[in-house]
Amino acid sequence: MKVEISKGIEELKFALLSPEEIRRMSSVKVITPDTYDDDGYPIEKGLMDPSMGVIEPGLKCKTCGGKVDQCPGHFGHIELAMPVVHIGFIKEIYSILSSTCSNCGRIKLPEEKLKEYFLRIQDTNNRLSDIEYDDIVSEVESDASEVVICPHCHFENQKVALDKPTTFREEGKKLTPKEIRERFEKIQKDDLPLIGLDPKVARPEWMILTVFPVPPVNVRPTITLETGERSEDDLTHKLVDVIRINQRLRENRDQGSPQLIIEDLWDLLQYHVTTYFDNQTPGTPPARHRSGRSLKTLVQRLKGKEGRFRSNLSGKRVNFSARTVISPEPFLSINQVGVPAKAARELTVTETVTQHNFEKLKELIKNGPGKEEEVYRPGVNYVYRADGSRIKISDKNASEVAEKMELGWQVERQLEDGDIVLFNRQPSLHRMSMMAHEVKVLPYRTFRFNLAVCAPYNADFDGDEMNLHVLQSQEARAEAEILMKVQENFLSPRFGGPIMGAIHDHITALFLLTYRNPLIPLEAGLHIMSYVNVSHTPEPVEIDGKKYFRGRDIFSLILPEGVNLEFRGKLGDKSLDPNGTEGTIRIEDSKLVNGAIDENAIGQSKGALLDYVLRKYGNAEGAKFLDNLTRLAAGAISYTGFSTGIDDEDVPGEAKAQLREVGNESVQKVEKLIENYKAGLIGMEPGKTLEDTLESMVMKVLSQAREKSSEIASHYLGMDNSTVIMARSGARANMMNLAQMAGIIGQQSIRGQRQHRGYTNRTLPHFEKGDIGAYARGFVSSSYKEGLNPTEYFFHATGGREGLVDIAVRTSRSGYMQRRLINALEDLKVSEDGRVLDTENSVIQLEYGEDGTDPSRSFEGESVNVNYLIKEMFGNKYGGKK
Amino acid sequence: MHEMVPEHWLIPVKEEEKILKLLGVAKGQLPKIRKSDPVIKTLEKVEGEIVPGRIIQIVRKSRTRGIAKIYRTVIGE
Repeated sequence: MKVEISKGIEELKFALLSPEEIRRMSSVKVITPDTYDDDGYPIEKGLMDPSMGVIEPGLKCKTCGGKVDQCPGHFGHIELAMPVVHIGFIKEIYSILSSTCSNCGRIKLPEEKLKEYFLRIQDTNNRLSDIEYDDIVSEVESDASEVVICPHCHFENQKVALDKPTTFREEGKKLTPKEIRERFEKIQKDDLPLIGLDPKVARPEWMILTVFPVPPVNVRPTITLETGERSEDDLTHKLVDVIRINQRLRENRDQGSPQLIIEDLWDLLQYHVTTYFDNQTPGTPPARHRSGRSLKTLVQRLKGKEGRFRSNLSGKRVNFSARTVISPEPFLSINQVGVPAKAARELTVTETVTQHNFEKLKELIKNGPGKEEEVYRPGVNYVYRADGSRIKISDKNASEVAEKMELGWQVERQLEDGDIVLFNRQPSLHRMSMMAHEVKVLPYRTFRFNLAVCAPYNADFDGDEMNLHVLQSQEARAEAEILMKVQENFLSPRFGGPIMGAIHDHITALFLLTYRNPLIPLEAGLHIMSYVNVSHTPEPVEIDGKKYFRGRDIFSLILPEGVNLEFRGKLGDKSLDPNGTEGTIRIEDSKLVNGAIDENAIGQSKGALLDYVLRKYGNAEGAKFLDNLTRLAAGAISYTGFSTGIDDEDVPGEAKAQLREVGNESVQKVEKLIENYKAGLIGMEPGKTLEDTLESMVMKVLSQAREKSSEIASHYLGMDNSTVIMARSGARANMMNLAQMAGIIGQQSIRGQRQHRGYTNRTLPHFEKGDIGAYARGFVSSSYKEGLNPTEYFFHATGGREGLVDIAVRTSRSGYMQRRLINALEDLKVSEDGRVLDTENSVIQLEYGEDGTDPSRSFEGESVNVNYLIKEMFGNKYGGKK
Repeated sequence: MHEMVPEHWLIPVKEEEKILKLLGVAKGQLPKIRKSDPVIKTLEKVEGEIVPGRIIQIVRKSRTRGIAKIYRTVIGE
């Protein structure tokens, strides 16, 4: 199928500028190194000659008559007294010098050979492969530069050396640019394709400059400071240098000064021309400003991160956007974002005055542009009349403009609560990296949002910054609200579960609130409930004349009506509850009857309760539930209090003894294994050598040691321990982290093997050669709390380094993989009938995903959750495994 | 053929039109498969030479769908 493109670029061709062409496109021959005279007028034939374009508004260009925004600028030129080398072509000049004969100008290869190469070029030309052509050119070059006696004129050539940066020497004798130019002029037109030049557009001698183009003034504008002082662009400074030296060189040459002086000036001209192009040429001291700052010349303008390409062309800046540090705010809804008042005054929404918003906008204009100290009241920065003229609103003219306001005017209104904005954090790896939020203007200087929204943005608050974009049209706002709002992105298309959920302290807090259904004194209970908007309080229980609330009753308040659910919590089978009931979470008629709320209930991407609420009641209700949940958690944990410290990992003396015993025992077991191995008592396991067999057996013993230490640690550390509470509820860390702090850190491995590299036959000089025991290969029997001994410390650092390297390698590799995927798939679309089509309307998939299922609406990869449907329709009795 | 390679069937020329109508697409819009593809070469042992332009039905197993039927047109090379 043929695709029609109205305009397309077929080919780009780079060519050299000939001296004639430079003169032809020049509007003025620049001869004076001065810019402006004392009265501030540009000097004729100077660097700021008005024929090279205009930079001051109001003036007209002498060449084209255009004003500032019409005149594209025009080049001028400088006639150089002596030719100089163009630094950008140094490599090419060098290769041409060494592959051509200095006498006759032919490529130093026999005629037959040249013909052969020509045929190859013609052949590849038909197949249009630039890489192959370049290969042939460099082949010709390397072949020809070896030849000493020219096969055409039998002249004995000498070797040319490049003395960096710009000097060429032939057997120690300096080649002047003039001589090089003369040689290049001799090169035949027919030989050029083999040098890599297209004879239609380029001649080698054009790489030596005799005429110098002066860029238009709008390329190097004069900056007028507030003090009225003028400051010239770096390029202009450099051009001044070039002209000055050029003048002196011409004078000296015409006067017939000594050769030495002329050569010095010539070198100096070469230096200035070189730094004009590239001020970071290796071997050349960079030209500096008076202040000592090095000048930014042509190459510096283009190159690197701050260069034209990466900074200006690929990195355009956006209006109506803001960026600042982020911080948490649990009292905001997940759909909200806190915007600092300072930013809100700068960010505006343009509204057209209609009958419906007339009074509102009038009031806003009356508010003026607003002051910083005030309580935030949105104001107006600018107003546009119907004819498009702009009025800046100040405190003085605010009420006056408000009275004059008419229908059809445009009002640039400051951000107010409830505006829809897009919020984004880089790297934007999935669609949840950019979501729509409702604005809530707040004091101070950071963007704030609910902690549950950290997950989709992958944000934390260690200095992260985020971007915000204010939507400008009704259509954009409507679309963002329907498709991009945080609550609409609850279910991740990656795994079909809620990507947002309670984290860290939310889980700890609600776990403490519901674990073993604690009694909470009346006042404290009311305090907790005051964080959430509730219509009633649960029935208090009375014990010994005192009134209490039950923790689970308080939690039940935030459940929507009609929740019936039973699932396994994190405590699961290994419940620490003596009756063994905490692990099963049962909710009947929106009352938490049994179980402790933990990660499996409300955690991100695995919260069963959260998932249930979302699917049954929809996104809005889900968002409300999560909002209430975070608030309730804040209330609950402010009552219970929660802290952890290193003494959480204190274990009693007997436990310490047991742990030491486990460590020693394993080490001995390993020694025994090694003994057996040496005695030849170990048989080979299938697919393994004898050494591998031993290794795997040792690894097994040592990993058992860690498991055992984990068991001992968890036996002595109970649910009265903060760290254990966090690990068991799934808030943070796991029991293995705990065991490593309290008990044994365990084997340190590299690529899944015990550490074995280092010195000859041993890992470190602390061990005997040939020692393959537990300690000699990276087993760490100390705990983090006790501290590691030097060899252990080293092994631990080695293992840790592997982790860091892994992460670095993995992120770059998966990033590139994802980039290739995105580029391949970016313009596929799903048509209305569910087919996936590309831009040519070819079918990629007959039905989206070959099953037509939206993965974010799927249930753990299945299209329909049958169990849930049965339960909802026929009640709890029938559904599920129970 | 390896067990992981899904079933490929050659659609009789008579039925081609019916299937295209059912799918609501033109032949040129369908995904392509090369005549030199190992699957086509194997299929040719059963069906005789397969000329470019014929339609192949591929039956894949799907966890969500049971079976998913895909169609491709054979192209040259």
